[in-house]
Amino acid sequence: MHVPDGFIDAPTSAVTGVVAAGALAVSLRGARRELDERTAPLAGLVAAFIFAVQMLNFPVAAGTSGHLLGGALAAILVGPFTGVLCVSVVLLMQGVLFADGGLTALGVNITDMAIVTTVVSYAVFRGLLAVLPRKRRSVTVASFVAALVSVPAAAVAFTFVYAVGGTTDVAIGKVATAMIGVHVLIGVGEAVITALTVGAVIAVRPDLVHGARGLRQRLRLRVNGALVDAPAPTAPVAARTSRRTLWATGLVASLVLAGFVSFYASADPDGLEKVAHDKGIDRKEEKHASSGSPLADYGVKDVSDARLSGGLAGVIGVGVTVVAGSTVFWAVRRRRGADVSPASTASTGA
Amino acid sequence: MGAGHAHRLYRHGHSPVHALPPHTKLAAAFLFVVVVVSTPREAMWAFAVYAVLLASVAYHARVPAGFLLKRLLIEVPFVAFAVLMPFVAEGERVHVLGLSLSESGLWGAWNVLAKGTLGVAASVLLAATTELRELLLGLQRLKLPPLLVQIASFMIRYGDVITDEMRRMRIARESRGFEARGVRHWGVLAKSAGALFIRSYERGERVHLAMVSRGYAGSMPVIDEVTASRAQWSYALALPCAALVVCLLGWFL
Repeated sequence: MHVPDGFIDAPTSAVTGVVAAGALAVSLRGARRELDERTAPLAGLVAAFIFAVQMLNFPVAAGTSGHLLGGALAAILVGPFTGVLCVSVVLLMQGVLFADGGLTALGVNITDMAIVTTVVSYAVFRGLLAVLPRKRRSVTVASFVAALVSVPAAAVAFTFVYAVGGTTDVAIGKVATAMIGVHVLIGVGEAVITALTVGAVIAVRPDLVHGARGLRQRLRLRVNGALVDAPAPTAPVAARTSRRTLWATGLVASLVLAGFVSFYASADPDGLEKVAHDKGIDRKEEKHASSGSPLADYGVKDVSDARLSGGLAGVIGVGVTVVAGSTVFWAVRRRRGADVSPASTASTGA
Repeated sequence: MGAGHAHRLYRHGHSPVHALPPHTKLAAAFLFVVVVVSTPREAMWAFAVYAVLLASVAYHARVPAGFLLKRLLIEVPFVAFAVLMPFVAEGERVHVLGLSLSESGLWGAWNVLAKGTLGVAASVLLAATTELRELLLGLQRLKLPPLLVQIASFMIRYGDVITDEMRRMRIARESRGFEARGVRHWGVLAKSAGALFIRSYERGERVHLAMVSRGYAGSMPVIDEVTASRAQWSYALALPCAALVVCLLGWFL
């Protein structure tokens, strides 16, 4: 899946390069928080591990075999920031040393294979862990689903980049079908291997798995026949830097992307709509229930300039999503806070 | 620091290209590829001129043509993709040898093939004439974040160690009669991968302790600071500048 030079046009490559550089800067700061001053050797060794494990062949059937991509695995084992860093460094070195993936396509490759896979898989993983019961099996199940989703997500991201700046005019619908179809299959393999590997690490060193930190049990001592909670070790409290800057940056970035960058997004309808249009499927299509709504078809009603209207719709969409997401998050947290029982305090430590 | 620390693409030599400071070479290769990518695909002659430019660099670096061509094989998967393109692309159809091909698909295939091949050739030349450590120093000189360069250098330095560890695990599995034949054996392989992770992580912790005990305080000392004179810069940038002239001609002719 390494994209070579000349596949994506120069302006799009430059934009993805900026996105990749920004994400790397954020992950460098985040990795320092995850690993403090041990960042360089640990992240380097984990990158070497990812590099090696990509060479481990998993036979599928007679003669064919696949290998791990590693984005989801890295995110779950060492955390999202370090994961992004490790996979990016692997891609950078593959580009510079082994001529695998073009130099100008580095931005595309990093955005799609390091950032999208890692971030998507970690978000899915965290979301599932919040819902599933706090057991080891849940971590395995969550990592299965996270890896399963992460690979097609990368394919979707690639299709998006291709739609914006592809240099060939293969119909976007065909690219999407081919990419996503193939990558759903790859995703199944990735999911099985990731879940088995995470399970193997949890069985031996659960303390090393970043995603399973919430599972750690408090140490209890038997004193005169009664179980007593051991005094908590004075763990160095991780420097709680303000989350506010992170939230603000994220919000501004998504507003800019939705409002400004969507100006330049392809004006063509998306692949499915296009396929439907070409084949005449949509002739009989009934009007969608919300097609009369003020935001139907990603444009604001009564704003005539198509681009302005699309951008405005994007901004409003981000706003609505943020509000809805925050409400759900707030509600879940309130509920969580309400049922603080002795059984659940042990696990909410981390 | 024997042969084990040189990467597979490096080719030892004492040519003028080998002697250039690494950051000038990195900048030259990157700018060259940028220029190539922004050339219009209809200017076919321009790509021939680029190929000649790269060939002259290879000649000056005394990299034999066979070596270069063999390394270009890494591109094969995308060649297959490019060959498919005229069949699936949209647009006007032309008939060649009884096959119905899309005209824009042919252009697209040519575009990817030409630019991709030139890009790979440029990176192969860069890797063939620059040592690993130099390459990392060059990246640092080009203002890549030092932490990122450190991570990359650890990855490169321990990549062989971890790969060897994996090879030893494979030998241990095979000497106990294990042979991975299908999906049923994934569990064993995944356990090996898990063990490999634990070993890598623990090695990282040990490496960190060893570094701290030798006075590591967050940054690596640079003993061999590389600097480039103006002559060296102009020598290295001759390649992208020549390419830029060709590119501009391609746009205006």
